[in-house]
Amino acid sequence: MPEVATRELTFAQAIREALAEEMRRDSRVCIFGEDVAEAGTPFKVLSGLVEEFGRERVMDTPISEAGFTGMGVGAAMTGLRPVVDIMFGDFLTLTMDQLVNQAAKVHYMSGGTWKVPMVLRTTLGATRRSAAQHSQSLHAWLSHVPGLKVVMPSTPYDAKGLLKTAIRDENPVVFFEDKMMYKQKGPVPEEEYTIPFGAADVKRKGEDITIVATSSMVQVALGAAELLEKIGVGAEVIDPRTTWPLDEKTLIESAKKTSRAIVVDEGYGRYGVTGEIASVIAEGAFYNLEAPVKRMGAMHVPIPFSPPLEDVTVPTEQTVFEAARTLCGKG
Amino acid sequence: MTMATELSKANATLKTEQWMRMYRRMVMIREFEEQVNELYTRALMPGLAHLYVGEEAVAVGICEALQPTDYITSTHRGHGHCVAKGASPDRMFAELLGKEAGYCRGKGGSMHIADPATGNLGANAIVGGSAGIATGAALSSKRLGTGRVAVCFFGEGALGQGVLYEVMNLAALWKLPVIYVCENNLYTEYTHYSETTAGDILARGTAFGVHAESVDGQDVRAVYAAAQRLVDLARKGEGPAFLVCATYRYSGHHVGDINREYYRSKQEEQEWKTKRDPIKNFTAWLIDQKLSDASTLGGMQSEVRAEMKAAVEFAIAAPYPTPEQAEEDVYA
Ligand SMILES: Cc1ncc(C[n+]2csc(CCOP(=O)(O)OP(=O)(O)O)c2C)c(N)n1
Repeated sequence: MPEVATRELTFAQAIREALAEEMRRDSRVCIFGEDVAEAGTPFKVLSGLVEEFGRERVMDTPISEAGFTGMGVGAAMTGLRPVVDIMFGDFLTLTMDQLVNQAAKVHYMSGGTWKVPMVLRTTLGATRRSAAQHSQSLHAWLSHVPGLKVVMPSTPYDAKGLLKTAIRDENPVVFFEDKMMYKQKGPVPEEEYTIPFGAADVKRKGEDITIVATSSMVQVALGAAELLEKIGVGAEVIDPRTTWPLDEKTLIESAKKTSRAIVVDEGYGRYGVTGEIASVIAEGAFYNLEAPVKRMGAMHVPIPFSPPLEDVTVPTEQTVFEAARTLCGKG
Repeated sequence: MTMATELSKANATLKTEQWMRMYRRMVMIREFEEQVNELYTRALMPGLAHLYVGEEAVAVGICEALQPTDYITSTHRGHGHCVAKGASPDRMFAELLGKEAGYCRGKGGSMHIADPATGNLGANAIVGGSAGIATGAALSSKRLGTGRVAVCFFGEGALGQGVLYEVMNLAALWKLPVIYVCENNLYTEYTHYSETTAGDILARGTAFGVHAESVDGQDVRAVYAAAQRLVDLARKGEGPAFLVCATYRYSGHHVGDINREYYRSKQEEQEWKTKRDPIKNFTAWLIDQKLSDASTLGGMQSEVRAEMKAAVEFAIAAPYPTPEQAEEDVYA
């Protein structure tokens, strides 16, 4: 790896830096959403942006998710490059028509004549004790729809590079941030970079089992890999980074090499991201697999508030470790 | 004594009892929230806590005009609505701490208390999320002839949600017994409502032919009087109403929202607290009218405080649900 100057940034800082750089580069880039200006969002991700770019470009909206997401589509079609902020991923439900029937369809339906260079940033993830309407991970819904690209960064480095790519994309991108990750730190280069969509990242090399993990689950998978190491199992951890486009090749190659695979994602398993990725691996690496591909996602329940209940609804290092051990015939 | 004076005396006693009940309920809410603040600051309460302190007169004035069988829907800032509708603090605290003894057996938490026994259809953490539910309850009341009224509580932030206008239109068309109670506490999370709300708020109701009025939400008697009138009309089949209550939340958007000066001044907060406190002003009125005295009211306050402390202790001691319960109540 070439020497590059890096510094440690939090996930939130990396996002903010990506936005600030893109806003400096392109005056068409603007932000709107609830409490994005002086408040800088409840998670303080956007702090300082209104001071630099002004209220013309960092706009507080009413609590009108359907309305301002729709405006994002129209503004994107006609010369702005809006980054729409939906505070909690749970509120995507309110934006669905604008995203699914409008944003996703405009380009194709117009025979490629209109474009919608809009980014919608939102959150996912449980274990914040926020109960059933503030804890969901709904990225699978959007990954299901042709016309939307779906990004799920798991490190500050990825978050920055992917967000810059998202803002430069000519059509709609939905960008999911794990709200539990905002304070997590990681190295980020000083100099400009972008990360292409559809390029999975091997977060850890290994020979015995492939663990595909997204967003919040990447750290969990890496933790499980450490535990596996101790019992002599080498786990390869792969982060697809975008659920659409999906880097099928990297996933399949890894599974062919290790012959076993687990897919971990914080969304629900049923009809979910894990099912899709597992079938990609099963189809592509079938003759090399020693065991069925295992899926691990959120328990099939609305997220409960009570800590001892909530804690069992998401995969953990321990549960991933145990599943991997079983799959490798070691437990 | 004539029959008439006897009756009016009886009425006066009844009225006094009612005023005292309302006073007690307001104090209950305030003391409840004091305890929540304490629990949260001592890191005993998981999640977020959105306090209702300062807005007590709204919930109490409205709910005093309701029957136990009437419905309410509530919000993320919902503890006051629950108490005012008759929920018991021990089970509320248990819910806030995620305990099995809580109203939702720990599954809902602070933002989702629901209680069929007191007609509480549930608190909603989606802004505007219960507008449809309340209006639907009014529809069933009308179709089933139960005579129940539904009250939909929401903050002025919910005025931004389109669903509110869809259901107001329906409620007016179908003359449904629903009261939309907007608690205008001036701020959504960290933004003054004037920055997000255009035009005349009341006109948003009248545009649909929904009877609309505003009231001083810090004056429990005024809120009660308005509520009584509107609930009466709704119950008689005269259709929905929209009541905008001018009020103020004393604390941050949630307990952790401490540095607030970038969106509102300390002086403003101080003014509301000193000049427009609903409990202080009601206390002064009760004493002035010789309906009660300082020592009786003070005594009641200590009593309520002790009750709340006991309720908190109950909740702290109560067991958590077992992890297997995460999968209970799932039907699909
Ligand atoms: C649909 C939706 N959008 C955003 C939020 C995040 N949020 C929670 S409370 C709140 C402000 C609500 O303000 P208001 O309705 O006036 O009620 P208040 O908190 O002032 O009582 C916001 C934006 C939410 N819960 N639901």
